[in-house]
Amino acid sequence: MPRFAIVVFPGSNCEGDVLYALREVLGQEAELVWHKETSLAGYDAALLPGGFAHGDYLRPGAIARFSPIMGSVISMAEEGKPVIGICNGFQVLMEAGLLPGAMLRNKTLRYVCRYVNLRVETTTSPLTRECRKGDVLRIPIGHADGNFYADPADLEELERGGQVMLRYSTPAGELADEANPNGSLNHIAGITNKEGNVVGLMPHLDRSYQPELGSDHGLRLFGSLVASVS
Amino acid sequence: MKVFRAKVFVRLKPSVHDPQGETIRGALATLGYQGVQEVRQGKYFEMALEAASREEAEASVREMANRVLSNPVIETFEVELTE
Repeated sequence: MPRFAIVVFPGSNCEGDVLYALREVLGQEAELVWHKETSLAGYDAALLPGGFAHGDYLRPGAIARFSPIMGSVISMAEEGKPVIGICNGFQVLMEAGLLPGAMLRNKTLRYVCRYVNLRVETTTSPLTRECRKGDVLRIPIGHADGNFYADPADLEELERGGQVMLRYSTPAGELADEANPNGSLNHIAGITNKEGNVVGLMPHLDRSYQPELGSDHGLRLFGSLVASVS
Repeated sequence: MKVFRAKVFVRLKPSVHDPQGETIRGALATLGYQGVQEVRQGKYFEMALEAASREEAEASVREMANRVLSNPVIETFEVELTE
């Protein structure tokens, strides 16, 4: 059975949700791994959960990227294993250089915590292989710094390479400024690296894995991840 | 070894939108400071560090500013060094 590592930094606060979804809902082998550990040997995928790693001091993810565990996270990424960053975890992966771009403060300057609609743009990523292109997922976000920015060359490369995984959209799957909660360029909510195995997304699949939570669309992303390592 | 003091100024690149700066400009306008055309918010660091020479200190601070204090994707930095 595949084993999932959930990397916990001081200030992470969504590790329990990710653990519960993988272990209790999907029946997988998943464990929390403290950021001071240096090995991820024996794990098939790593997830970096949401929260405020190191208090978001300096910039979100800026300190966490130098945590001892990050060497192993980078090695896993280079080996082609799935490395998934959710919200703050996404910010850590960008700071670590595993994903292009950076997050600016939300356009509204507000912490935005609500459901959004997300259009699936690619089904080759480990999180979306069980979705269809054009599917619209309803999953919550909760962040102050989720305004995706990349310089024009990087942005073009992302688009051309099919690295944009999810975009904020209307419930019908249309792109509109009012459906973009934070001002992200090209409505980007989630991306992959060139190889496709490193994924970052702002929406919390870990807050939408059963109907009682308001949506179980996150389960389709978790289910894709499980399928991709099984 | 000598102790040097460094000042590091981190700014958003001109091409990067600064919603915080814009909000501050709006607040200043509300207070009656109508002439303010633009505000850009940045970060400022003061450091004291030991190094064998001024050149070594400056190289070290530049490396730290590039790797940690700034995010080269969205920011630039300037370093000022004094003994």
